[in-house]
Amino acid sequence: MNTSTFFDGLVREDRVHRSLYTDAAIFEREMTHVFGAVWVYLAHESQIPNNDDYVTARLGLRPLIVVRDSQGSIRALYNRCTHRGARVCRQERGNARTFQCAYHGWTYFNSGKLRGVPWPEGYACDFKDSQFNLAQVPRVESYRGFIFGTLNLDAPPLKTYLGGISDQIDQWLDRHPGGKVHVREANRLKFKGNWKLAYDNAADGYHVVFSHRSLLEMENRMRADADKGMSFYLGKPDEAPMYVQVFAHGHHFKDKRPNIERRPGALWEKEAPHPGMAFFESAIRQRLGEKAGAALDLAAAEAVNINVFPNLSILGNHIQVFQPIAVDETDTTWYATVVVDEAGELGGAVEDVNALRLRTQEAFPNFGEVDDAVNFEEIQRGLAACEDEWVYMHRGLDVPGRVRREADGSLKAPATDEIFMRSHMQEWKRLMASQPRISVLR
Amino acid sequence: MSYVNAAFYAELVHSFSDWHGDGIADAALRERCRMLLEREARLLDQGRFEDWLAMYAAQCIYWVPATPGGDPRREVAVAFDDRRRLEDRVFRLRTGHAWSQAPASRTVRLVSNVEVFPWKEDGLRVRSNFLVSDFRTGETRFWSGWCGHRLRLREGRYEIEVRQVNLIDCDQNLRNPSILL
Repeated sequence: MNTSTFFDGLVREDRVHRSLYTDAAIFEREMTHVFGAVWVYLAHESQIPNNDDYVTARLGLRPLIVVRDSQGSIRALYNRCTHRGARVCRQERGNARTFQCAYHGWTYFNSGKLRGVPWPEGYACDFKDSQFNLAQVPRVESYRGFIFGTLNLDAPPLKTYLGGISDQIDQWLDRHPGGKVHVREANRLKFKGNWKLAYDNAADGYHVVFSHRSLLEMENRMRADADKGMSFYLGKPDEAPMYVQVFAHGHHFKDKRPNIERRPGALWEKEAPHPGMAFFESAIRQRLGEKAGAALDLAAAEAVNINVFPNLSILGNHIQVFQPIAVDETDTTWYATVVVDEAGELGGAVEDVNALRLRTQEAFPNFGEVDDAVNFEEIQRGLAACEDEWVYMHRGLDVPGRVRREADGSLKAPATDEIFMRSHMQEWKRLMASQPRISVLR
Repeated sequence: MSYVNAAFYAELVHSFSDWHGDGIADAALRERCRMLLEREARLLDQGRFEDWLAMYAAQCIYWVPATPGGDPRREVAVAFDDRRRLEDRVFRLRTGHAWSQAPASRTVRLVSNVEVFPWKEDGLRVRSNFLVSDFRTGETRFWSGWCGHRLRLREGRYEIEVRQVNLIDCDQNLRNPSILL
């Protein structure tokens, strides 16, 4: 099989083949050629603040322990006993200097090095040989708290891989005191559909008024709330100042900020009612006076979607992670973030800001994402129609005057344009036809 | 609508923090609570969401923690609704455009293991176990866990001040958690 020709046949300029979403063999290849070949988001540094802290994660389907080891280095260990393959860590988070397999007692330091095995006199081998250490992801790098890993020794440095999207991550972080956030728990959802259905949706401005019709009606049900929430999608969203922007490597960006006045407090004023709003807003205004608007904006959902191929979508104040489970099953985890204010920039208001911010973050997973997830599942069901082979993503293609090329090489288009899907599908095709140099470290 | 404040949160967390003692040994009181829980379950199974809302106090909370006992001041919840947001939730389901419930789930609920605990002079806390069968688009799924209800006697009847729904898998990825639990 000429793989390049094969994938050219599946990913056209204007459409992709249904098998991208339904074929188990393609899914299996993605786990190496996509998830094994690029920088994949693993965890956030604030989840493992101290030495010996760990969280479990996955790289594709590979079970990992993301740990800050006893020397302070962040590692992504394979959660797989070298001996027989059992997961050595069965907790989702914790603090541990060693991991002992519950099956035969092999024990590893949190650097991945084998500490010892029971009754070694029964073996002829030398257990100091690194082949018996836990496997680990050979390249782990952080960008401003976001931990990524790749198995591909030929992958560019993380910063190069992120390219222009890193400026958006910077802007998202720099609105917070100290330029950082901490991760706190999550709204965790699952759907019976392929992981790309979630990534295809991540910058989609076309679905909003249809898929989220009930949310828009709910947010705007009172006359006084008519301009709250996502109401800027009503009418003709392509004529609104928001836009979608595509970068190299399948990353993209949805910028809804131009729809909102550029003054402190304007973002907060778009928030629909939620629990505690009256009390905590009043407390923040009393405490901060003129500076209250900027503090309240930190409790409001930032009007951006920053999508890092293949599994990360920073949107509102969430860090959303797409986790493939099977060809037709995906977990989407919406990690909440909170403000930390070590320098006291918020004059003691940080707890009140977070009390609001947690409630604003619950709204979309509850009243928006559930409807998207059902639509993803309905795509998966619909694609069972095997003779009906194509999935279209050609909105905006060849329409004169829609796309503008920026100085950095990125492309900007109106809000409902599907250019971002076409972009990451071309990257997907390139990756699937390539031969990544995948390896593990021991 | 400004009842959710710092003191409210503190009392809320406090009132759901301790279920370790034994329940009140009063069969008639337990039966009265059981009837309330069974009525609530029936109204939800019958899709009578407005009648269900009428069982709740004007200053109420519907709370589904995302970790066992998770503190809503420090964590997001699966759901944390005050009266306004709970009415929003019902409004959304009634639009006909909430695709996660169009077509709507058919549900049937079992409520059991009812125990009654004291709460202030005119209140009660009730602990119960539940199993919800949720049939939708050809599949039956199950939601299970335990509920804590905080009830308050008002004009001779108990109304629901707070309902905490503790799913056994609350900290896991949940598929279409769009029904009223």
